[in-house]
Amino acid sequence: MNIKRSGGIAAIALVGAIALASCAANEGGGTEAPSDLSGTLVGAGSSAVGAAQETWIAEFQTANPEVTITYDPAGSGAGRETFLAGGSDFAGTDRAFKDEELAAGGFASCAADSGIVQLPLYISPIAVIFNVEGVDTLNLDADTIAGIFAGTITNWTDEAITSQNEGVELPDLAITPVHRSDDSGTTENFTDYLAQAAPEVWTYEADGVWPISSGEAAQGTSGVVDAVTNGTGTIGYADASRAGGLGTVAVLIGEDYVPYSAEAAAAVVDASPFVEGRPEFDLSLELDRTPDSEAYPIVLVAYLVGCETYLDAAQAELVKAYFTYMASPEGQAAASEGAGSAPISDALFERVTAAIEVIG
Amino acid sequence: MTTVRTIKAKQRPGDRVFSASTTIAGCIILAALAAVAVFLLAESVPAVVSGPDELRDGADTFWAYVAPLAFGTLWAALIALVIAFPISIGIALFISHYAPRRIAQGLGYIVDLLAAVPSVVFGLWGIKVLAPLVTPFYQELTTNLGWIPLFSPPASGTGRTVLTVGIVLAVMIIPIITAISREIFLQTPVLHEEAALALGATRWEMISMAVIPFARPGIISAAMLGLGRALGETMVVAMVLSPAVVISFVLTGSSNPATIAGNIALNFPDAYGVQVNALIASGLVLFVITLVINSVARIVVNRRKAFSGAN
Repeated sequence: MNIKRSGGIAAIALVGAIALASCAANEGGGTEAPSDLSGTLVGAGSSAVGAAQETWIAEFQTANPEVTITYDPAGSGAGRETFLAGGSDFAGTDRAFKDEELAAGGFASCAADSGIVQLPLYISPIAVIFNVEGVDTLNLDADTIAGIFAGTITNWTDEAITSQNEGVELPDLAITPVHRSDDSGTTENFTDYLAQAAPEVWTYEADGVWPISSGEAAQGTSGVVDAVTNGTGTIGYADASRAGGLGTVAVLIGEDYVPYSAEAAAAVVDASPFVEGRPEFDLSLELDRTPDSEAYPIVLVAYLVGCETYLDAAQAELVKAYFTYMASPEGQAAASEGAGSAPISDALFERVTAAIEVIG
Repeated sequence: MTTVRTIKAKQRPGDRVFSASTTIAGCIILAALAAVAVFLLAESVPAVVSGPDELRDGADTFWAYVAPLAFGTLWAALIALVIAFPISIGIALFISHYAPRRIAQGLGYIVDLLAAVPSVVFGLWGIKVLAPLVTPFYQELTTNLGWIPLFSPPASGTGRTVLTVGIVLAVMIIPIITAISREIFLQTPVLHEEAALALGATRWEMISMAVIPFARPGIISAAMLGLGRALGETMVVAMVLSPAVVISFVLTGSSNPATIAGNIALNFPDAYGVQVNALIASGLVLFVITLVINSVARIVVNRRKAFSGAN
């Protein structure tokens, strides 16, 4: 009943919007001429970008009613394979294509001698969340975080924790670290942070699957948040937009403890160098998890990947328009609202815009 | 067909259509099974022959990769069966021989209703209600009975252990075991029961002498059907269990062996290349495990049937 009614209202609203839009178009004279873009764009890849893609697609299709965009959040690996095989026009991936993959080439959607553009358009801070009664924020350095997740620091009253948090009353309670039980980009970026920032404590490589068997595991972001919320003395990591009312960790960078924030997350991307030896418009980042400046180092960066030159010029135009929208301040703001990501900085925006210009 | 007849009834169109369609239906199930088996076998090969660095979880060979998963699958299903079996038999006997008729009918419906609850709902219940509820009990168990290897400390801080999964799975298989056993208890020849009672047996003696022996093969097959459901259950395990790559009998700890079905559900979305083959190959292992258990159950049932008086 309710569904029907709201559906009806939505339909009326939609019809009204279209009618008004076409009126405005007929009257002409406006600077916002409706786009003449039309066609279908297919994307696939990282599920981390899924929520942002939903927002972007909805907004872009409203502005360009003749365009249909689909994004299949099948996972980063699947997204890269699909793009390589020519099954999609663009890919979303938690890691950029590597040198050897680029050397092998064979991108089926691209023109024969075309390179690809890899744009870090989705930056998402990962919060370290915990559930200790009466404590909202904790200051921890990388070694301590790594020790907790590796199972070497097992109590909240451990010297390593209390010495960094004077004045905070921590209970004599066992620590239960919670990690993701499924293969995820969040885990890959979190373990990459631990490996880079605490190499002596965390001796494992970055991986989407949690590398050790100690600690609790839960399915997906919701599962981890739920386990941390319902458990006692729990600590976990999750997309910052989902941290809710849980306590969060401020991470030691240089001399200061930096809590997560959109600006601090974007700052770490700015502080990171691009991968060396790549073509000019391949903006793959060598994420620096131990920056000197005040930045929040635990971030997930997802890339949107397209061709420099497409086989089909019409597709190229669509991709260019869509990428331009995603990189634009409006697009980034929409993703920030819809998916809790951190908007890219102005400096990165300029680099990205230059790269999008070459798509053709 | 085995009897030789000289006079044959004239085949009407209906006969031909019906016999043809039943034959086709019979063939489809065989073809489907064969197709699944071929798919599993073909896709498994790259994983079985893969090298050390290609598989996840630091396993050197496919067999090292699948062993903890196979163990976890059997372990979780066994826990579920141990919990569910006595309860189910109790419910079934209560419905068939103890409860007043009106209550029995209502109770039967309620048990059937339990079977209609989707497993994802049980999963949510496991996460939201059961796990937080049992956490303090697990902590008590590990402090007081920690010397028993099953409860060796430390206790899980979130209650997402293999025992919790076992309890949820038990709730899910109770309706299956109960429904089948109840039907079989009701089929006990009334003459046997009355004879036992006439000889002065109490109701319990009557049940243990007449009903249980008669129903034994049925009870076994009911348990095996329940076990099959528990072995293949995916959603509940994926949602509730806190898995790790271990072979461990500890019921209340943080590191629990993952199950095959749960592992596939968790890792398939982001898997690619040989990892996909490894997941499919683990599916083949589950297929074989289920096949073996069902075959053993059938053998047991067939062997017992002769003595039960069921025929």
